[in-house]
Amino acid sequence: MATVSLNKLTKRYGKTEVLHGIDLDIADGEFVVLVGPSGCGKSTTLRMIAGLEDVSDGTVEIGGRVVNRVEPKDRDIAMVFQNYAIYPHMSVRRNIGFGLKTAKISKEEKAKRIEATAETLGMTQYLDRKPSALSGGQRQRVAIGRAMVRQPSVFLFDEPLSNLDAQLRTQTRIEIKKLHQRLGTTVIFVTHDQVEAMTLADRIVIMKDGAIMQIGTPSEVYHSPANTFVARFIGAPSMNLLPASGDGSNLRLASGAAIPGSARGDVLVGIRPEDLHPGDPASAPMQGKVILAEPLGAETLLYVDVAGAEVIASGPGQGAPGPGDVIGLSPVTLHIFDAETGTAIR
Amino acid sequence: MAVIETPIADRVVAAPPPRRANWGQMIRWLLLFAGGIVMVAPLAYMLSASIKYPYELFDLNLIPKEPTFDNYREVLGDSRFARWFGNSILIATLVTISNLFFDSLVGYTLCKFRFPGRYIVFIAILSTLMIPTEMLVIPWYVMSSKFGWIDSYWGIMFPGMMTAFGTFLMKQFFETVPDDFLEAARIDGLNEFQIFWQVALPLVRPALAALAIFVFLGNWTAFIWPLIVTNSVDMYTLPVGLKSFAVEQSVDWEMVMTGAAVATLPTLIVFLIFQRFIIRGVVMAGLKG
Repeated sequence: MATVSLNKLTKRYGKTEVLHGIDLDIADGEFVVLVGPSGCGKSTTLRMIAGLEDVSDGTVEIGGRVVNRVEPKDRDIAMVFQNYAIYPHMSVRRNIGFGLKTAKISKEEKAKRIEATAETLGMTQYLDRKPSALSGGQRQRVAIGRAMVRQPSVFLFDEPLSNLDAQLRTQTRIEIKKLHQRLGTTVIFVTHDQVEAMTLADRIVIMKDGAIMQIGTPSEVYHSPANTFVARFIGAPSMNLLPASGDGSNLRLASGAAIPGSARGDVLVGIRPEDLHPGDPASAPMQGKVILAEPLGAETLLYVDVAGAEVIASGPGQGAPGPGDVIGLSPVTLHIFDAETGTAIR
Repeated sequence: MAVIETPIADRVVAAPPPRRANWGQMIRWLLLFAGGIVMVAPLAYMLSASIKYPYELFDLNLIPKEPTFDNYREVLGDSRFARWFGNSILIATLVTISNLFFDSLVGYTLCKFRFPGRYIVFIAILSTLMIPTEMLVIPWYVMSSKFGWIDSYWGIMFPGMMTAFGTFLMKQFFETVPDDFLEAARIDGLNEFQIFWQVALPLVRPALAALAIFVFLGNWTAFIWPLIVTNSVDMYTLPVGLKSFAVEQSVDWEMVMTGAAVATLPTLIVFLIFQRFIIRGVVMAGLKG
């Protein structure tokens, strides 16, 4: 196990800077998820930690040692790739054991480690199969096994679940989480899926355009987003953002509705759909007409037209209003952001 | 559960309308058939001539009036023929192995490594494809002469030990190998040659098979360069040796045809076994065979 520190980490391709001086400290045994849209620099960051990309500026420290010029094999890391990267011409046994090829340990010890890893992952009966005879989930487990068998200080996962179907993805996600709880190894996990990030991470690092937007626990980034990008990126469906102006005691929305709030000037009012419940139009501060209802079982998502703006609200699973109904909306929790910069006003 | 039976009359499917003669299709088939005849006819003539006596050699009948295997007995009993056959096998095999190694290595390097001048090197290699062998023969000969390689195995082999075509073919195939495989191996601690040898190369086995066939066939049938660079009969390859059946005054056509028939057999066998690799190799390289 080891700590990982990124100090002013910068990446440039020619004159184009794609990573703008990232600072991040990861504690020993922590599960950190880098999340963000495509092109935000999360995979580049991971590859720089792995040593697969050169560092243009700044430092990468693993276990307190600067590893900028250390070969990937000498960084005491293991990486699981998006497309598994398990070798089709080798059996599962050889694939898992491949990570030990250059390890200076006896054959018996190697065999023991392969068996133990396969057992942990429930792959013992598949050890002599070729990858082509495995399902997607099993292949991913082989890839994880190849990383595990090396007993590294840090595990790096580069969108390892994105090639799996929804059910398998959930199942593998749980397995990875359990594995981390059992091994306690430091994990850096890259994904563009905010659900994966929320469910797996001890801390989430939300990135955009080569910069970190917010670092925090899943609860922090969900309940106290640092800016409108984080507010909309985390949570599904996204947070509603409504322009408003505040006078210190009330926030007047563009629709004319007034809701209590202490901000002054032009702001954006963020309301999560689950904090916006339908009610009596006469007594609720906001009124609107239901355009679309999406029943999800436990709840119904209501797409409501509020004075020309589309707002998503959460209704009950049964007996929710339907399209055409005029409803009132009462916000429970508000998030206030500066209208110009998008940063949160606390 | 009640089953509702459909009346049989309703189940009768209307017969499809009679197909009209598709003239375009017929013309295509005829052209292909004609092309096939043009390609197969010399082969058939060769096989036919190899079991004919000289007196009916120039008759156009494919089945001889008096078939004989005397020609085969004579050719296979000739010690020179065995020597030439052995020379051809040795040279074609060694050149093939060399091409498999060096073409792959260069193709892999050009495909997977970023270094200054990479593109120029690739274009320079490709440009050699545009120079006909006949033009290269003179510098090859001068080189062989200066280094004392005339009438030696190395002299016959050296120009083909690495080819631009093979390099291009292998580079195209390595494009299909995801970088993740190589990076995973890099993290697992393999050095760059081990990654090439243990990870990348096994992933392009179909390309290696295709290249092996191309190179083997090319060297097996090579004529001009072995003819020029060899002097002694013992150093002849099979095609050059067959030429020696033609003496100043006459040509032993039945012997030439028999020798050619024997020489064709290994290539036919190789082709039949590996033809799917050839097709894949041609498709991948985007080249004509």
